[in-house]
Amino acid sequence: MKVGVVTFPGSLDDVDAQRAVRIGGHEAVALWHGDHGLQGVDAVVLPGGFSYGDYLRCGAISRFSPVMTEVVEAAGKGMPVLGICNGFQILCESHLLPGALIRNDHRKFACRDQLLRIENVSTPWTSSYAEGQEVTIVLKNGEGGFVADVETLDRLEGEGRVVARYLGDNPNGSLRAIAGITNDRGNVVGLMPHPEHAVEDLTGAGTDGLGFFTSLAAATFA
Amino acid sequence: MPKVVVDVMPKPEILDPQGKAVLGALPRLGFDGVSDVRQGKRFELEVDGEVTDEVLARVHEMAGTLLSNPVIENFTVHVDEAVADTPDVVS
Repeated sequence: MKVGVVTFPGSLDDVDAQRAVRIGGHEAVALWHGDHGLQGVDAVVLPGGFSYGDYLRCGAISRFSPVMTEVVEAAGKGMPVLGICNGFQILCESHLLPGALIRNDHRKFACRDQLLRIENVSTPWTSSYAEGQEVTIVLKNGEGGFVADVETLDRLEGEGRVVARYLGDNPNGSLRAIAGITNDRGNVVGLMPHPEHAVEDLTGAGTDGLGFFTSLAAATFA
Repeated sequence: MPKVVVDVMPKPEILDPQGKAVLGALPRLGFDGVSDVRQGKRFELEVDGEVTDEVLARVHEMAGTLLSNPVIENFTVHVDEAVADTPDVVS
């Protein structure tokens, strides 16, 4: 499967995401924010970082990058899209996902190995996991507090659209300890922690993040 | 040339950690009597020509599309003639 990884000015984790895609058994295709067209990829990853310096709001300017026109259109047709950290912020700013990410409630940058529970395993990014599986994945963010109005939160919970939840101390003040969500169709996933940093034993907290990249193969859109 | 000002504020129900940080710093500096601080953004847009209703409608569109995120922020728009004549440097 061909998985595109978009590089924005200020992306940090695009190369790690490409590597994780390859370790997950796929071909990684570098996509440039300023280009139109997705080069025939089957799925897209929006990586972490500080695109456009986080000016205005995190993800606010990236949302209007030329490539995002195609990403939004493809997502609407069911293409799997995973936004990690800054990518999650871009997906919210693009209205592909509800809610928004605000500054951590404790006002400090959080960087730690984070325990999560995977709660929705029906997305193309999480089907390799068992429902309720607890995984440890790197978390690093300054503006990772997920917020939405009560009605939206209730709908996300009621429709099983909370993909991952923080266990233990809430690292950033996210409402209902939400670490990741999906859209109503289930093909677009936003996640604050970084699975692409947890795909090899050599570095990081283990390989619990690999499932996000191996899930694609199991997904039913061959 | 008139300026159109867009003020963007976090919605009342949204936590504002930056405002909280400022609130915490004030008493440490001896400034008492402030019970809450909310921090927002102010955009001053210099527009070409007259500020017509049409121009203001476009500014509202800009404010709702790019300058603010309606999920977490509210905005107001007003024309500030005084801003235009005031030098940037104020003593």
